[in-house]
Amino acid sequence: MSDTALPRPAFRAATDEAPLLRIALIGIAVAGLAVLVFAPLAVVFAEALKQGWSAAIQSLGNRDARSAIQLTLLITAIAVPANAAFGIAAAWFITKFDFRGKAFLITLIDLPFSVSPVVAGLCIVLLFGANSAIGGWLVAHGWPIVFAIPGIVLATIFVTFPFVARELIPVMIEQGRAEEEASLTLGASGWRTFWSVTLPNIRWALLYGTLLCTARAMGEFGAVAVVSGKIRGQTATMPITIEMLYNEYLSVAAFSMAALLTALALVTLLLKTILELRHADQLAATRRH
Amino acid sequence: MTMTARPLVHKTAMPGLSLSAGITLTMLSIVVLLPIGALLLKGASFGLTNVLEVVGRERVTASLYLSFKLSLLAALFNLVFGVLLAWVLVRYRFPGKRLLDAAVDLPFALPTAVAGIALTALYAPNGAFGSLAQAVGLKIAYTQVGIFIALVFVGLPFVTRTVQPVIEEIEQEVEEASATLGASRLHTLRHVILPMLMPAALTGFALSLARAVGEYGSVIFIAGNIPLRTEIAPLLIVIQLEEFNYDAAAAIGIAMLVISFAMLLAINLIQIVSRRKMGHV
Repeated sequence: MSDTALPRPAFRAATDEAPLLRIALIGIAVAGLAVLVFAPLAVVFAEALKQGWSAAIQSLGNRDARSAIQLTLLITAIAVPANAAFGIAAAWFITKFDFRGKAFLITLIDLPFSVSPVVAGLCIVLLFGANSAIGGWLVAHGWPIVFAIPGIVLATIFVTFPFVARELIPVMIEQGRAEEEASLTLGASGWRTFWSVTLPNIRWALLYGTLLCTARAMGEFGAVAVVSGKIRGQTATMPITIEMLYNEYLSVAAFSMAALLTALALVTLLLKTILELRHADQLAATRRH
Repeated sequence: MTMTARPLVHKTAMPGLSLSAGITLTMLSIVVLLPIGALLLKGASFGLTNVLEVVGRERVTASLYLSFKLSLLAALFNLVFGVLLAWVLVRYRFPGKRLLDAAVDLPFALPTAVAGIALTALYAPNGAFGSLAQAVGLKIAYTQVGIFIALVFVGLPFVTRTVQPVIEEIEQEVEEASATLGASRLHTLRHVILPMLMPAALTGFALSLARAVGEYGSVIFIAGNIPLRTEIAPLLIVIQLEEFNYDAAAAIGIAMLVISFAMLLAINLIQIVSRRKMGHV
């Protein structure tokens, strides 16, 4: 190296990687995601449209398919608001009060994430199945839980349990209690304070958590497979119907329903990305990228 | 509600204590604690020796071993690839970066049954990747490799999403200091940057592992489900339930719970140690 000026293109900051390494890393990232994520995504639509649009749309129009779509929408419409209500209550309890065992409570709320969905379904069958004390009593009184819609709702709530609470707790810790205290001092009631002070502060985080919860609720398979009994036209949700069609070698029908669920998942992703771009400052720190 | 009114709660001016505590504890109990309690109770009434007898059966041991082995491998893959992906997405600018960033979350959003049939269609001998593999004499679908790929898919986002915010917060001065002191870029990456990312990466690793161990939907289609070879533990629970063998199903379920908690505990301990070594990151 001489003391004369280096050729400019060769200059790079000491905190950058060599261009070749950089290109290699980007290449690995792109190739990895192409194989692992984009290829399966493309296959869903390719398989669904193998016999053309009309075959795909027709397969979604029959009675069992329509009943599966309705059931999935119904389950989601019950499970998601239930979890949103729980998430708000839990986040309020945890962030607005000081009590012993708080860390333990948070661990318990997170517990469903480390339990296999199949084990979750098993637990619900053991508690509410016709053979158990509670389940037997409920069945005798005409309220079957397992192999019926309430069981599917419970299983769905179980697997999506932590979603909303996990999004709200860090945001509400960061915001502290001062604004609520000011509102209360000025004479507002508890509910008024919640509606006009807390809720506007947490609305985007709430929406974010609800979105994640919705995506998982619509697609839950393992836990629902165990508790639903897979009764066609009655307890077969969309994912369960996909399995049944696939096992009957009705590939186009299975992938058409899969494509419909995938389209919903893509909408979820789009909304989520928009939230992250527009309202990053009001989401939990881990979501700001 | 009476439980929460005890003096273990400090008095504050905040309203809604009994309401929020009531909703939280009631729902937690009905949805999570009572069902898990029912599983443990079933195990207790079945008896420890019987539980151990079921878990010790060749087919059960093989499925538990398979589930944990492949989950560990998949989580390791995701640890390496996830950190690389996070680095590329935070530090580099290139066309299509935003799309790539959004695509990382697809495995979270895509229903597992959909992922399962899509991966099977892709890697089956007549599929796009499967036929390529077969040309070089490899079989992916209906083998353990297929299960591994499905587990990589479902665990993909965890490490990237936990590591990304940490990379964003790294002060560039640290890297400059390291460079000024004569370290090569690779040396800086390995000895300065990587240790800072480790606690977050381990959190992602643990989440990815926990997810993979319990995974069912995306695996059963591609696995082929051959007893002793490609049969995962959650499937064995489903099979026992279909035969109304509740005791055996509970025994396998308890074994899965115990092993996954033990693993999470171990990872938490590693994390505490690595945090302490690094100071708080």
